[in-house]
Amino acid sequence: MTVQAGIPAMPPRKRLTRKQRRLVVIASVGAVLGLAAGLVAYALRDSIVFFYGPTEIVEKGLTPGTRLRLGGLVETGSVERGANQRVSFAVTDGRTRTMVSYTGLLPDLFREGQGVVTEGVLEAPGHFRADSVLAKHDETYMPREVADALKKQGHWQPGETKAGAPAAPATK
Amino acid sequence: MFVEIGHFALALALGVAVVQTIVPLWGVARNDPALASVGPAAAIACFLLVALSFGCLMMSYATSDFSVENVVANSHSTQPLIYKLTAVWGNHEGSMLLWVLILVLFGALVALSRRSLPAKLRAGTLAAQGSVSVAFLAFTLLTSNPFRRLIPAPGEGQDLNPILQDLGLAIHPPLLYVGYVGFSITYAFAVAALIEGKIDAVWARAVRPWTLLAWTFLTLGIAMGSYWAYYELGWGGWWFWDPVENASLMPWLAGTALIHSTVVMEKRDALKVWTILLAILTFSLSLLGTFIVRSGVLTSVHSFASDPQRGLFILGILIAFIGGSLALFAWRAPLLKQGGLFAPVSRESALVINNLFLATACATVFIGTLYPLVLEMVTGDKISVGPPFFNATFVPLLVPLLLLLPIGQTLAWKRGDLLGAAQRAQIAFGVGVITTLAIFAFVRGGPVLAPLGIGLGVFLVIGSFWEVGERIVGRASGASAILSRAKGLPRSAWGSALGHAGVGISVIGIAATAWGTEAIGMLKVGESLTSGRYTVTLEAVTPRTGPNYREDAARFRITANGRELEPVEAMKRIYTARAMPTTEAGIRTVGLGQAYISLGEPDASGAIAVKLHDKPLILLIWTGALVMAAGGGLSITDRRFRLAAPRRVPGPAALPQPAE
Repeated sequence: MTVQAGIPAMPPRKRLTRKQRRLVVIASVGAVLGLAAGLVAYALRDSIVFFYGPTEIVEKGLTPGTRLRLGGLVETGSVERGANQRVSFAVTDGRTRTMVSYTGLLPDLFREGQGVVTEGVLEAPGHFRADSVLAKHDETYMPREVADALKKQGHWQPGETKAGAPAAPATK
Repeated sequence: MFVEIGHFALALALGVAVVQTIVPLWGVARNDPALASVGPAAAIACFLLVALSFGCLMMSYATSDFSVENVVANSHSTQPLIYKLTAVWGNHEGSMLLWVLILVLFGALVALSRRSLPAKLRAGTLAAQGSVSVAFLAFTLLTSNPFRRLIPAPGEGQDLNPILQDLGLAIHPPLLYVGYVGFSITYAFAVAALIEGKIDAVWARAVRPWTLLAWTFLTLGIAMGSYWAYYELGWGGWWFWDPVENASLMPWLAGTALIHSTVVMEKRDALKVWTILLAILTFSLSLLGTFIVRSGVLTSVHSFASDPQRGLFILGILIAFIGGSLALFAWRAPLLKQGGLFAPVSRESALVINNLFLATACATVFIGTLYPLVLEMVTGDKISVGPPFFNATFVPLLVPLLLLLPIGQTLAWKRGDLLGAAQRAQIAFGVGVITTLAIFAFVRGGPVLAPLGIGLGVFLVIGSFWEVGERIVGRASGASAILSRAKGLPRSAWGSALGHAGVGISVIGIAATAWGTEAIGMLKVGESLTSGRYTVTLEAVTPRTGPNYREDAARFRITANGRELEPVEAMKRIYTARAMPTTEAGIRTVGLGQAYISLGEPDASGAIAVKLHDKPLILLIWTGALVMAAGGGLSITDRRFRLAAPRRVPGPAALPQPAE
């Protein structure tokens, strides 16, 4: 820290003037804030992940190798379990489908016909390798991104979830 | 009947809260002590009414009154009684009522506290607290009424969300809310000080116990929530940097800064304006957390099912209270008498650095949490900001803070001796370095950063106790002299040592997660799976029936490095009412580490998917939080806070204390 680093060099017993002290404070605040701003700017460029529905992946022409979150409905009848916990399923928004492969335990609430959010890498057009499948706490809860992605393709209306369940928020 | 009484009491409480907001201020303005004294009575009445209301809701849950919509949606007649009761706050409406109950409880505690508060400050504080009560009572009554009837009443309820049917849920929200909502009192004190235009060490001394109380409970609440998510969600993680978790972390960081800045204010009569601002910001972050959790604007694994109308209402409350208090701050703060600046090397400077880092770290969490929201509004792009962001921003800002902590703690007030402080920290630092080197030498594998993290933790734990150690041992000789000195030390000194050591303990636990291992396999009966030190063998899978669920319990034999341990069971449950599956992890604790087993789906051949984690030292993460909370609790009981209660009848309680 500037505050402390500056001190041993000073001759002893020489007190800083009020103005100098204020400068020390401002300089150290500036240094820490600058450091934080730098870290945030760096991290926001490198470590954020975009969310897309299957159709958007095609429309945006995403290149393989892109890291992203993919959301939509698990297509009914598409779940296939292989050896060694390998699972593949199709995520659809009603217009386009993307094949997802994943190795590991699926969350309890993963079901065909239900909303899902996965994170991973686009391997080839239409093929996605997920390294995580996000769990939910509530069987009626539809991730907002999924709801929006489905709505965009005209395949979801509020109330389509279980009767009596609160529909996913439609704020926009 | 109960339902109507509860509803009516809640509405009445709103009326009383309005009185609590307006009348005391009016009394102060007109210099009428009779009017000003309405505040305490109103605060107590408000609490009793909300408590009655809450009791009524509990009653309708206990008796499974399915004519109440809220009970239908969150309870079931076969649910065990304990979960019927905890279901009261396992949903949005009921938890809002709990929130309000704690809010008015704090108002009543201020009204009842015998601590001699200046009359104006007390009136202003109760009025400010009352205004928050008005807003949230109105919110509960208008958008989230838990007493709404359902006609015709169904014969059976829909059951509480199964993952909430757990003792963790019984404890976690109340603890968390006492923390969140407890900061409303410091907020109210800050607003009162701004209205009065006066702030001094008396204010700081009055506020400090409340801040410590809220902080202690928030610490416990976050730790409990983290442990609950760890064992209940079945994926073995303890922190996900999820928006809802961040929502509780932000007030914790700001609150941590606040408990440190109030010390400076109390001891040195400085940092006043900053402390006031921090008190406002801390509660603002609590409000923001409430908004994030309940509005559904951010996708979170922990979200309540949400409703945009409520979001809008809370947004209104948020703008009114944050905007209002900041405007008041901008208007009145320049009138407050500034404290002096102080020497760059001193305890107070060290605490300023603490505040600077904590506030900045809090800001990075804030940006990471809300950036997706802003970006979506501006560009329409949906993004998620996950662990990589926080690891790259939050962690680098915390490390220097932790490194400086043991040095700052030994600095003297007013004018410290940096070299001396560094020398006093050098043994602790040396032990930390040796620990790191020893780990590098003897433990193969694992990331490079983990031994450094452990070394940092060890440095923190030893460094934290160094100061009290010196004060006790000093030049004293003999065990009895040391013991009496240890007793004579103010409890806040012990509290701060414990609090800081707790941070070190958690750091060790977090660093050790780097050595965790996991393995997945498909097991048939008799087959084994090994991960790290543990080997499990599937012995049997037994179907069983619980009160409101069916389960398949998989029984495992487990060995640690070849040594046989008690067998462990992991379950896959189906809660019948919602047909919802849950995974109950099987956990075997060995020392401070755990073996953690969760089950997946069975395949066609009858083999069941098993995931086994070896989690070394994982318990230290939460142990550290408990130690921090213990430190907070010890500080609250410090003598100087009790001494500030002169109206208390002197009695046997006021035993002579050894001189410090």
